[in-house]
Amino acid sequence: MDYGLSEEQKTLKSLARRIAEERILPVRAELDETEEFPRSIMKDLADSDIFRIFIPEEYDGLGGGGLDLCLVIEELSRVCSGVTVCYAATTLGAYAILEFGSEEQKQKYLPDIAAGKKLAAFGLTESTAGSDVAAIKTTAEKVPEGYVLNGTKQFITNGGEAEIYTIIALTNKSKGPRGASAFVVEKDTPGFTFGKKEKKMGIRTSPTRELVFRNCLVPEENLIGREGMGFVMTMRILDRSRPGIGAQAVGIAQGALEAAVDYTAQRIQFGKPIISLPVVQQKIAEMATQVEAARLLVYATARTIDGGARSYTEEASMAKVFASDVAMKVTTEAVQVCGGAGYMRDYPLEKMMRDAKITQIYEGSNEVLRNTIAVGVRKRKARRE
Amino acid sequence: MNIIVCLKQVPGTTDVRIDPETNTLRRQGIKNIVNPFDAYALEEGVRLKERYGGKVTAISMGPPQAEEMLREAISCGADEAILLSDAAFAGADTLATSYTLSQAMRKIEQYDLVICGRQTIDGDTGQVGPELAEWLDVPFAAYVSKVEEIDGDLMRVERMVEDGHEIVEMSLPGIITVVKEINVPRLPSLRGMARSRKAEIPVWTASDLEVDEGRIGLVGSATWVVEIFFPRRVHQGEMLEGDPESQVDTLLEKLREARIA
Repeated sequence: MDYGLSEEQKTLKSLARRIAEERILPVRAELDETEEFPRSIMKDLADSDIFRIFIPEEYDGLGGGGLDLCLVIEELSRVCSGVTVCYAATTLGAYAILEFGSEEQKQKYLPDIAAGKKLAAFGLTESTAGSDVAAIKTTAEKVPEGYVLNGTKQFITNGGEAEIYTIIALTNKSKGPRGASAFVVEKDTPGFTFGKKEKKMGIRTSPTRELVFRNCLVPEENLIGREGMGFVMTMRILDRSRPGIGAQAVGIAQGALEAAVDYTAQRIQFGKPIISLPVVQQKIAEMATQVEAARLLVYATARTIDGGARSYTEEASMAKVFASDVAMKVTTEAVQVCGGAGYMRDYPLEKMMRDAKITQIYEGSNEVLRNTIAVGVRKRKARRE
Repeated sequence: MNIIVCLKQVPGTTDVRIDPETNTLRRQGIKNIVNPFDAYALEEGVRLKERYGGKVTAISMGPPQAEEMLREAISCGADEAILLSDAAFAGADTLATSYTLSQAMRKIEQYDLVICGRQTIDGDTGQVGPELAEWLDVPFAAYVSKVEEIDGDLMRVERMVEDGHEIVEMSLPGIITVVKEINVPRLPSLRGMARSRKAEIPVWTASDLEVDEGRIGLVGSATWVVEIFFPRRVHQGEMLEGDPESQVDTLLEKLREARIA
């Protein structure tokens, strides 16, 4: 398939593949087993300028677009999406500063993120606020020296490992969603500590932790944008990052497809490789077609966003929903065609299946996003588009 | 600090075929790679530059296609690269190669440290580094596994010797060869790749180097390959017949005959 990639994009894709195969592949099973943070791989990504791609050139980045990011995420996820999440969560943490931050905030934080010296994270979810993001309880009270944060964030990717956190907190409890604001909180700020580290089904090398704020004072200049903009920003940031989850899902599915083809081509039963059995061929053909369709939807969405579209909530949701469902289906079938070997931890497929599941859940569950898509479709009908 | 790293392009395969007519390697259709030990040399050069400042120049003597490897060196952190390429350099043994490289170092003039890999994976001699030090008459340390410190023109390194490690102090300018234990080479960077695409890589020929023509290429070589061949596979195994007990008896007898038992 010709994806219409530029020479630079092809170079980027092949470099990401090289990093994945040379640096991630040898340790992925161990990382899954130990649940340790892949620090040395983050260093490799930084050394290869992979953190620079999504940062504008004026802040030491390479000024790449969403498609560039998707290509990297896909290639890394083809080998290990757990490692990818450690990288990709930084983009989510950086987007608020990138899109809505002041010039001073950009100057202060983006060059270090671009260099890979500091990772970022995004803190929205709480124990009472998942899909219902308006139910957050963390508060940011205005005081003469700045804002005082109180509350606990839950399930935060890169919690404890990131240096820079974008935190959504209520500056005005009475206003509901319009009372939320976004703040940059740096690690080691007094009153900011880390709570429980979760034990997960998949993406186990990626840390997921509680962030605890107890009278945590942040200076006024750490407010991103204006007070009350928190939810608008959040929706915008998630729309922008969602194709990345799609790319992650495509990468997982691609990796599973390749592993299934490798295994079924060398597994001999009844005197011949099982890939020659019609039932296996049907499954492989279906998997390959699904992966290709998901990839094209993700790329098309990324291109739409890079092209400067003003609103892309529906497209971004479709790319994420479709690709993540494909990842789940393809990894499940891949385990199936590999039989017992597929189920064993000595082979990579069961991990891919565990890793795939989260893509249907995080950054908007597929159910919530289908609602979003339906709302969009109805609105377009009403506007006679 | 000016660091020069010597690199060689070698066949990226263990499936080596030999041309029976010329006694040389068949290189057609085989992807060339940077000699793996030289990649450690380059990485150490780049790390020393990051530690102490200065620049890294990658240098290689070889056919024109070695330019591709030098571009990769730039994408992995070298600042510039020079290719020594001339039909007159062809067929050089280690002596002629090290002489040619030494003349390039003399032309560069300003250098503090030359780093080479411990040996190549095609020739496997490990001679070019030490010979280069002889030609240039500078201090030399082989099998370096760690650069501990550089203080002015004094460098302290740890080198691997047969039964352990040795700490050596040497004055600079000097030459070291490195072992794979010294570091983990980085992969190319996107900025480096962009730089490498644009980089001008000068090609120095024999006439650029003020060389004694009797010392370069095949003419300047003190050794030449008389014959090259694959060792004949000799099957020395012997199958013992009979039931297990008689097999054990035969085996013991044979071991006694061979004075092993």
